[in-house]
Amino acid sequence: MEQAIFEERRDQIHRKGEGPFELACNRDSLAGAVSQRACVFCGSRVVLYPIADALHLVHGPIGCAVYTWDIRGALSSGPELHRLSFSTDLQEKDVIFGGEKKLKAALLELIERHKPNAAFVYATCIVGIIGDDVGAVCRDVAQQTGIPVIPVQSEGFKGNKREGYAAACKAMFTLAGTGDTSGISPVSVNILGDFNLAGEIWIIREYFKRMGVEVVANITGDGRVADIKRCHGAALNVVQCSGATMELAQMMQEKFGTPFLRVSYLGIEDMADSLYAVADHFKDRDPGIVERTQALVREELSRLLPELHKYRQDLEGKKVAVYVGGAFKAFSLIKAFRHLGMKVVLVGSQTGTKEDYEELAAICDPGTVIVDDSNPLELSKFVKELDVDLFVGGVKERPIAHKLGVGFCDHNHERKEALEGFVGMLNFAKEVHASATSPIWRFVPRREAMAKARETRTAKRAAGGEGI
Amino acid sequence: MSDSPYVSTTNACKLCTPLGAALAFRGVEGAIPFLHGSQGCATYMRRYIISHFREPMDIASSALGEKQAVFGGGPNLKKGILNVMSKYGAKVVGVATTCLTETIGDDVPRLLAEFRKEFGDLPLPEIVNVSTPSYSGTHMEGWHAATAALASQLVREKVAAHRRVNLIPGFVSPADLRYFKEILADYGVAATVLPDISESMDRPALLDYEKLPAGGTPLADIRAMSGALGSIECGRAAHMAESAGDNLERRFGVKNHRVGIPVGIRETDAFFDALEALTGAPMPEKYASERGKLVDAYVDGHKYVAGKRAIVYGEEDMVITMVAFLAEIGVKPILAATGAKCRNFKQALADVVEGILPEPPEAREGVDFHDIAEQAADLAPDLLVGHSKGYRYAKDMGVPLVRVGFPIHDRFGGQRMLHVGYRGTQELFDRLVNTILERKQEDSAVGYGYL
Repeated sequence: MEQAIFEERRDQIHRKGEGPFELACNRDSLAGAVSQRACVFCGSRVVLYPIADALHLVHGPIGCAVYTWDIRGALSSGPELHRLSFSTDLQEKDVIFGGEKKLKAALLELIERHKPNAAFVYATCIVGIIGDDVGAVCRDVAQQTGIPVIPVQSEGFKGNKREGYAAACKAMFTLAGTGDTSGISPVSVNILGDFNLAGEIWIIREYFKRMGVEVVANITGDGRVADIKRCHGAALNVVQCSGATMELAQMMQEKFGTPFLRVSYLGIEDMADSLYAVADHFKDRDPGIVERTQALVREELSRLLPELHKYRQDLEGKKVAVYVGGAFKAFSLIKAFRHLGMKVVLVGSQTGTKEDYEELAAICDPGTVIVDDSNPLELSKFVKELDVDLFVGGVKERPIAHKLGVGFCDHNHERKEALEGFVGMLNFAKEVHASATSPIWRFVPRREAMAKARETRTAKRAAGGEGI
Repeated sequence: MSDSPYVSTTNACKLCTPLGAALAFRGVEGAIPFLHGSQGCATYMRRYIISHFREPMDIASSALGEKQAVFGGGPNLKKGILNVMSKYGAKVVGVATTCLTETIGDDVPRLLAEFRKEFGDLPLPEIVNVSTPSYSGTHMEGWHAATAALASQLVREKVAAHRRVNLIPGFVSPADLRYFKEILADYGVAATVLPDISESMDRPALLDYEKLPAGGTPLADIRAMSGALGSIECGRAAHMAESAGDNLERRFGVKNHRVGIPVGIRETDAFFDALEALTGAPMPEKYASERGKLVDAYVDGHKYVAGKRAIVYGEEDMVITMVAFLAEIGVKPILAATGAKCRNFKQALADVVEGILPEPPEAREGVDFHDIAEQAADLAPDLLVGHSKGYRYAKDMGVPLVRVGFPIHDRFGGQRMLHVGYRGTQELFDRLVNTILERKQEDSAVGYGYL
């Protein structure tokens, strides 16, 4: 069994309870290990993508643009420019002679055609190597067109997704502070780190509305350039998915003095705690807010809990593997599964930090395996060894689960189900239930063999008499 | 040259070169595709491919970082190969380059020669390499280049003549490949399909997770391609200096019969003609019957489809063969568009409609969906024929989309979709007629239950 694990990766795997917690992370992926990670560009692209009235131009050969064309469920209530995939589609001659001219022409052409409110230009792997000065082209085009044209330094090989998040935050930070903030309520927030998958940010905005909190900017789900420009006028930043947008919150605190709160809209406690934390923050300015928030949570829970109970009955005791992009989401998932009576036995992420993993280790049960930057061989090994019933991950993890006869819940950016908020918890339960309790698993050879082995054991025990 | 009047690309109608190579390498038994480049490329392609086939698709990567991009990716490449050897037990490693490693100038053949020398004491796998910078060509160039590399690098000597046929099928579905093999078996010859993703990309549920999926062309069969009865290579589009079939003909005198991807009666007839010429056997009754039933279906369905105007888009060979099919059933292909650029696209389209249409559809190469949609606005199409990525355009135009080829990301069972031969054409024709009937039924207020 152990042969699935690379010697170099032993310290990126930990079983809680076996020795003091220490997990190596934030390393380059091991060559040949089939990491589930993507690249810097991917990190930038996921963060900025939902800004719906901006032009997102990928400067490079076609692959990077075409693999990220309209694959996410990030919805917009208005313009949908983000759903188009723009590329300079660099060709051999551009690589030889440089791509600056083509970039400029492409930008002018697309800005003229779509009249966006800003343009983001993503540098891909070869752009730096061929020596294109993307910043200079952007300045030039910005001057010519009068809109912000912002370079995103997202060359794929310069790290992993985390560096991409940082590049995206830097890009957005150039917009913050450039808009008019008049008329913004003193009880106001920016929503950071929510990407409006399947309309999730609308659920959260509705909660804030009921609490009496104005939302200034969605960063970035259903995002708009003008909102981001005036986001420094908000009284508070609420930051979810901390890996992706924390850096923006920190930069805003430093420059504009905007405080921030870490929140999560997944699961019951985390959702409620997040709303209470916001209410607490504003209670001096708006004394009624705490009461309104309590009423909101009470109302939502009175609807949710009885429904949830129905699903829990079938799910009690089932074991779960969680492998996600950022570790932060895993915290909420572990807690959410407890409400369903399920136990997370394997948890990992592509790009967790030391602090993330420490926090993770603190909340998970003894025996839980924690992995950083894992791969199909390791994940399949642990799914078998830990006898997992349900896997939570993305498209690349799905076949691992399915081939082993294990249910699957899609919890990444391609999902089309809203899983945030109280209503999202119910959707989550439904989805988990639909997969974990399906009658089809009995036909999967591995499950069939396991059932047979169980039968044999029971029969032997019965034959062995009561004495044993 | 591209036929697009624009500098920028919007919603490309092509994928990048290494994706095709990675998929082709997956069609060799015991092989692992290996991308020499940054980690993201492998991950993006895996996601894209998994979404179509719903199968595991492990693609290894040399995972270059900033240091390697400056000082060269050689050490990572070597270490990566050692790692896939030890963990996957790969018998073949298919190394494809990416834009990054091509641009920094890594000399992969030299690095691999060094590797073989340095680690000559280990039981080394076969390592096949192909140059696939994504700034040159499309995923189809990658597919064909990898296939040609397999033939030119793994077939090393002339073996004694035997009664197998080399089938170089082009990029078709696993279901298509299984049907091809059935046909050849019915002709009494075994097929060496290169590459063969018929099983490796459409696996049953099994007891355990397969590190490397079973299936794929066995290495021994590839080596023996030099002694085959002949080769049949599907696809009319001309891609590169030398294809796999041409390479085997030049080096070993294995006659290469080039035919189109066999969709429609005429292209399938040509495929069977080639098979008869190679084997000397007549068409088995089973296929004569399939052909007869297909003709019968054409007759029964012809009025439903008559005069419908279709826009066809996608990979060059898929477009050419779909145009051949549509023309012969009385649908008017009005635009044939591809993101690729190939030397003979227009000529091939003219060839497949000759004698049926007064003129071929307008052919546009190197275009994206923006170009296609812009032109479609003046063309008043009745339907679109192509892969999933045209769906939004079909929706905007208010016309149905008949899904063919790759990727099928918005429907179930793309890997099992049959397109080729009389049987595949039958399925395609049924689907097409039903798509038109369904639209007619939905658009009608009467609620016909009888059409």
